[in-house]
Amino acid sequence: MSESTTRSALRHIGSDSPRPDAADKAAGRASYIHDMARPGMLWGKVKFSDHAHARIVNIDTSRAERLPGVRAVISAANTPELRMGFMGDNVALKGDKVRQYRDEVAAVAAIDPDIAAEAVALIDVEYEPLPGVFDPVQALAEDAPLVHDRDSRGKPLTSNALSLSYHHTSGDLAAGERASKHIVQGEFSTQLMQQSCMGTSGCIAEFDLRSNLTMWAKTQIPFLAQKDFNNALRAMGLKHSNARVIVPTLGGAFGTGLDTHAYEYIAILLAWRTNRPVKIVYDRVEEFACLSPRQSSRTRVVQGCDGEGRLTFRRVEVLQDNGAYTSWGATYPTVMLLPATSLYRVPNVQFDAQLVYTNNTYCQAMRGYGNPEVNWAIESNLDELAEALGMDAYELRHRNRNLPGEVTPMGLKVTTCGLGECLEATAKHLDWANKRGRAGQGATSGPGRHVRRGVGLASLVHVGGSGRIYRSDGGGVILKLDDFGNVYVSYGGVEMGQGLHSALSLTVAEELGVLPDKVFINQTDTATCPWDVGTHASRGAFIACNAAILAARKARKQLFEFAQEVFADEAAKALKKLRRRQPDYEPPAFDVAAHVSADHFRMRDGVLTLEGAPDEPWLQLDLGRLLRAMHFRGVAGQMVTVEAFYEPPSELPNWKKGVGNMSATYAYGTQGVEVEVDTLTGEVRIVNMVAAHDVGRVLNQQTLAGQTYGALAQGIGYALYEQIQTEQGKMLNPSFTDYKIPTAAEMDFPIHLEFVETDDPAGPFGAKGVGEPGMVPTAPAIANAIYDAVGVRIRHLPITPDKVLAALEGKGRSDTGDTTETAP
Amino acid sequence: MNTTSLSFELNGATVTAPVAAHHRLIDVLRGPLGHNGTKEGCGNGECGACTVIVDGRVVNACLYPAMEVQGRRVTTIEGLLGPGGELSAVQQAFVACGGVQCGFCSPGMILSVEALLDSHPEPTDGQIRDALVGNLCRCTGYVQIIDAARQAARMRRDNAAGGDHV
Repeated sequence: MSESTTRSALRHIGSDSPRPDAADKAAGRASYIHDMARPGMLWGKVKFSDHAHARIVNIDTSRAERLPGVRAVISAANTPELRMGFMGDNVALKGDKVRQYRDEVAAVAAIDPDIAAEAVALIDVEYEPLPGVFDPVQALAEDAPLVHDRDSRGKPLTSNALSLSYHHTSGDLAAGERASKHIVQGEFSTQLMQQSCMGTSGCIAEFDLRSNLTMWAKTQIPFLAQKDFNNALRAMGLKHSNARVIVPTLGGAFGTGLDTHAYEYIAILLAWRTNRPVKIVYDRVEEFACLSPRQSSRTRVVQGCDGEGRLTFRRVEVLQDNGAYTSWGATYPTVMLLPATSLYRVPNVQFDAQLVYTNNTYCQAMRGYGNPEVNWAIESNLDELAEALGMDAYELRHRNRNLPGEVTPMGLKVTTCGLGECLEATAKHLDWANKRGRAGQGATSGPGRHVRRGVGLASLVHVGGSGRIYRSDGGGVILKLDDFGNVYVSYGGVEMGQGLHSALSLTVAEELGVLPDKVFINQTDTATCPWDVGTHASRGAFIACNAAILAARKARKQLFEFAQEVFADEAAKALKKLRRRQPDYEPPAFDVAAHVSADHFRMRDGVLTLEGAPDEPWLQLDLGRLLRAMHFRGVAGQMVTVEAFYEPPSELPNWKKGVGNMSATYAYGTQGVEVEVDTLTGEVRIVNMVAAHDVGRVLNQQTLAGQTYGALAQGIGYALYEQIQTEQGKMLNPSFTDYKIPTAAEMDFPIHLEFVETDDPAGPFGAKGVGEPGMVPTAPAIANAIYDAVGVRIRHLPITPDKVLAALEGKGRSDTGDTTETAP
Repeated sequence: MNTTSLSFELNGATVTAPVAAHHRLIDVLRGPLGHNGTKEGCGNGECGACTVIVDGRVVNACLYPAMEVQGRRVTTIEGLLGPGGELSAVQQAFVACGGVQCGFCSPGMILSVEALLDSHPEPTDGQIRDALVGNLCRCTGYVQIIDAARQAARMRRDNAAGGDHV
């Protein structure tokens, strides 16, 4: 993508400069949805279901309506039906039935949050409880209660199985099995995980007097949200209204903002009903219990290899508990296909995923999006295969590593691939050769004799050049230059903490030739920014920076073409001025006019020069001066505002076949972990970690390290303790006391980061997407280290002490080596 | 609602605000006093986003009864900026080390580090972790935050040493 720059010539890309939004955030000046207010604003609050599955008999809102300060009480009875989700199987306010504990049955708008909360408590809902189903296997039984008896078009349903399913077959599985010397299989599962943004969800909905809607939304998909909200406005009878979506500073997102939410539609309904702006912000309990978490999964994997350790085949079958409605959790298999078909070279692959409705919470996106779920199964099982073969687990992986130029069974076209280097760096920094297979090193006597150490590793493949899941996978950038040489950047994607604005401002500065502090990133707003599909799939920097490079080139072209006309005059004026101040100044002999040509201009740090010209101040044209010369020339005056839209070179896969080159490039990586396992308590402590990632090119050291450390911490939480616990569909632990995320106390071990630069031809300056990969292989790396330490294989996340202890006890009882714990 | 007038020292200036018995300190800060830099992440004393300093000790403003602050000295994130709007050493270190991502935990995190360095100018890594254990962050994995705390301690010492020479 970036032919104009060689690595050594880069001034800003690859630097360790701080992010542009850091100072205001450190000063508490960033404005999150929680900090925003609109004149006349009311506070909305949602009434949630008290049952996982029940018929709604009656909703009595009369007591709430009589409470002073209440401005509106709404339910399905007095509002139009607003359908949600890509399958349309959910509605904003439930009329006939509730299908999950968090179902929205009514809502209020009041003059302050306390009154809104009091009013919601005064709404009386009468239910007729129905039998629920909470296990995906039981939900497939013939006599299971039906979660939905009709689809969104009214067609009767006879099963809880979703019509969505995913399949892939490539090669010859039977031949692969025949060619295998060793075959291992295992069943693995992953849990519901809460994204746990520090800033909870919220929005403000406001109508103008032409019935157009403005939404300040905590979203990652402003333009797809606009489309959803416009559909809602149509359903409300507002045929000519438009929704404008503005994104305030986000207190984290991690996938929560990938779909539109019932609370947003409810705020719209309340704002329309009251003709006032309405704000809804979730409290922490609502955030835990009423927002869609990461989906759980059950995976069966079978893999084989020949006598030399070459992989012969892989089968992966996934069953996902879809919960009560369908959101993006149901499309995890589109990403599960990546590890299933394309992690290491496997010639024969079969993948099947099935989704089933239950009365559990419905699920959404979270970092990695199906990849950590299946990576967990494949990478744990690969260690079992290595053991069966009697080969070192690193050696097995290195022998089967992906290579540049290969086309995987899914049809992924691997351009650059640093997996080999990532494996090598991980083994080196983990001291694999000396530490692996030492049968649980540890003190043999003394107080620490029950603590055993071990090392493990696991690798990943992920989309590195966006992931095409929509007809357009592009994004646009507008650059607007002002009279002073400032550059304003409008991009439709979202800064949610990950550092997009850092990468984007450095890219614009680099490619345009200005200083980074002259680059300003505008607020994301569908009214002013070009379209973008959304900030997901590790695509933000990849797409935005590629679009910004195209736009910067357009701007330079305009600037240089204009400079052809004025540079000689401006230089003459500057020389005249200089001579007035320094009468004895003798300029070097240089024929400016003869050298002027659009091809000969250079711009660096906002100063235009001519190639070959002597280094004299009067031969340097400040960008602001050039822009003013363009602007103030009477009827010929012009401004520089350029737009570029970047559409990555990728294909929308055929999901029926599970084939297609969905990304412009692919990210690889390996993580290694050294653990200590306490055999008396089952506790696992991380001693040391290595994360080696093929990032294409480092755009900004600080941001990249921050993304990787943060992802690792989430991977550790996923591996060891994070879990939404439910009973009959009700969340039991909606607080940080009962739902543990990593704290500074747990992150107390050294982490070595290694960034392998493979200089991808599709990447901006060679960079690949990096947002998600850091949490993909963390859990299996830890589980493999635990096995190395104490010889027990944990198959069901999270790896809590009770599971380790039970497995150790099972191992102690049996000499057969059967260390498989039972399924949850 | 019965309100009374509350008076205390906020970031070096005496302020008064109407307060009701059920108000928490965060309600008064973010409400009538308009100090939105203090964030509410959980309302239950679990996440530390609302950390402020009262009479030299860090407290969770979401648990602290507003009435209790009468006559006391409160420092919020707004109180850290110098007279010319310059960031404090701790804030500068958070910016320089990448300790800020989404920024929602940053004000509370920074105040916890300020209070730590006030009492322990040369903290060990263990003391830094202990001081931050009540401040949750979902973005950073804490690594660059702990780097920032170490760097802030160095900067404060350098500033103090530099100050001796002036």
